Amino acid sequence: MSGNINLLSDTLAAAKAEDRAALIAYLPAGFPTVDGGIEAIKAAFDGGADVVEVGLPHSDPVLDGPVIQTADDIALRGGVRIADVMRTVREAHAATGKPVLVMTYWNPIDRYGVERFTAELAEAGGAGCILPDLPVQEAALWREHAQKHGLATVFVVAPSSRDARLAEITAAGSGFVYAASLMGVTGTRESVGAQAEDLVTRTRATRSDLPVCVGLGVSDAAQAAEVAAFADGVIVGSAFVKRMLDAPDDASGVDAVRALAADLAKGVRRGA
Amino acid sequence: MPSNNYFFPDPEGQVPTTGGYFGAFGGKFIPEALVAAVDEVAVEYDKAKADPEFARELNDLMVDYTGRPSSLTEVPRFAAEAGGARVFLKREDLNHTGSHKINNVLGQALLTKRMGKTRVIAETGAGQHGVATATACALFGLDCTIYMGEIDTERQALNVARMRMLGAEVVAVKSGSRTLKDAINEAFRDWVANVDHTHYLFGTVAGPHPFPAMVRDFHRVIGVEARRQILERAGRLPDAAIACVGGGSNAIGLFHAFIPDADVRLIGCEPAGHGIDTGEHAATLTAGEPGILHGSRSYVLQDDEGQITEPYSISAGLDYPGIGPEHSYLKDSGRGEYRAVTDDAAMQALRLLSRTEGIIPAIESAHALAGALEVGKELGPDGLIVVNLSGRGDKDMDTAARYFGLYDTDAEVAADEAHTAEIEGDAK
Repeated sequence: MSGNINLLSDTLAAAKAEDRAALIAYLPAGFPTVDGGIEAIKAAFDGGADVVEVGLPHSDPVLDGPVIQTADDIALRGGVRIADVMRTVREAHAATGKPVLVMTYWNPIDRYGVERFTAELAEAGGAGCILPDLPVQEAALWREHAQKHGLATVFVVAPSSRDARLAEITAAGSGFVYAASLMGVTGTRESVGAQAEDLVTRTRATRSDLPVCVGLGVSDAAQAAEVAAFADGVIVGSAFVKRMLDAPDDASGVDAVRALAADLAKGVRRGA
Repeated sequence: MPSNNYFFPDPEGQVPTTGGYFGAFGGKFIPEALVAAVDEVAVEYDKAKADPEFARELNDLMVDYTGRPSSLTEVPRFAAEAGGARVFLKREDLNHTGSHKINNVLGQALLTKRMGKTRVIAETGAGQHGVATATACALFGLDCTIYMGEIDTERQALNVARMRMLGAEVVAVKSGSRTLKDAINEAFRDWVANVDHTHYLFGTVAGPHPFPAMVRDFHRVIGVEARRQILERAGRLPDAAIACVGGGSNAIGLFHAFIPDADVRLIGCEPAGHGIDTGEHAATLTAGEPGILHGSRSYVLQDDEGQITEPYSISAGLDYPGIGPEHSYLKDSGRGEYRAVTDDAAMQALRLLSRTEGIIPAIESAHALAGALEVGKELGPDGLIVVNLSGRGDKDMDTAARYFGLYDTDAEVAADEAHTAEIEGDAK
């Protein structure tokens, strides 16, 4: 069974056809529980997210700030396993028909076995992976298996990426390009980095037809609108997780996710 | 996979590859935001290596500031307990700041200046790398932030005070296992956000390329000196060169110059903590599997789904679930041997050296001494061993005093008495 890379591309193209940016939400699997995490993802789609990235929690999340570290920690202490992440992808996709990606670090996949992981993710209906500590030079094995199973390989670009490197990355990637809005780890910020628009422009100048979606630091509708004015997609993670951490109980956490997604969905439609 | 080219004819020219691989190990598994900075380090390091002025500056510092060459001390009263083999200690504990760490720090501090960066960050476990880094930053006028696991700030409180005295900011890291691994995670997070003016002065032979090779090169002087000194003193090469391994910097520093000497066994001593069987250890090469941690592929302690497991050692400097990729390469190629030494064996060796030779070693280095006691018995009276005494034990006196019950009165020590009673059997 082939993965849903085409569904991902079609979804991003459809947003573009509506002359708006896509809304991409990040939520960790197993947080606060496996079933609770699945409900939160469905709520994000229900509120208006076009794509969801499911976090596969890792013990050493070097690119994540305190909010996602806390959620990962709760998920790992709850005993989340890769099988649970696959179930999360399967149920979230089956319930909504929308594209679902996995975002994680390279060691869990390396250890699990890249063929086994990509085959299972495709079978679960996954659309691809974002692996922020697997730079393009180390990614040959992953790309071979991802391609074989119809999964997107979403690479990250950063404000520090030079133009020649951007060209290498867009040539190797698929699905979309994840443009980090600023130099830093995940987390909500008062403002989105001024470097983001420049990075999007430079990434597009590589003449790649991949959509360029911007993440890191976006937390509210106004910021989403600001980013949507120059990017093909807006990625929001920590703001969702923070709402869930702050909620008095799991049910109101899910409601808060739905409400934030609805708010951000308006934002990405204002940006055009 | 390993080829003989690594050992002959040019040990410095063959590994790592340009991509930073030592056989199957190494590489550069880093976020895109750090790629430009890590590449800059590699380029600047290559330029510095080719620049005679850099070599001259570094050599002057090693002689005038660090106090190199460090002594090679024969320890016959200690060796009497090691099957009668001759044992020599390479005295890195006598370097300025009290450990081998200063070798690498001075090299990278000079490089920081060359790159025009004004701020340095570093991780530290036992505090020795942090102290050395804070020292170099004071010397060169660089801003300095040191990340240290909260547990380690408690058990190595003396070194925290030393770093602050030197003007460094010390950040106690409260995430994860609150030890060295988490300090490194936090330092990487800082680096991603501040990379334009900050150099991450990585403290061991792990991390992304070029750190494993660069840090090794700066420590290589240990083995180069030891090899010359033992030839002068004993008239032959040793049967074994022994060092403790956490990340592996002092060990690779001792080993590297001996790699072409096929008859010299290279023996690394890993922390077995409470025993490998208990699961409470940090013996990465003995009990780990290949994986990716902190930017390179090497052996790591992990579960079946790639989550890094929490290590344990009485020694803060060895309490790490990873290991430098070149050690993984030496292990798999058979050139290096790695054995595990328990907390108790290390502490007994610490006391033995203190009481037979008047040298109090760091708990890290005591693991190598315990290994030497074993290897000496295996070799017998004709044996000749060089041990890297990588650091001095001042920082560990609180841990040792509690372990051996050396305080006169202390409520906390009273709680440890039951344990102390168990190890009352005197080492000497």
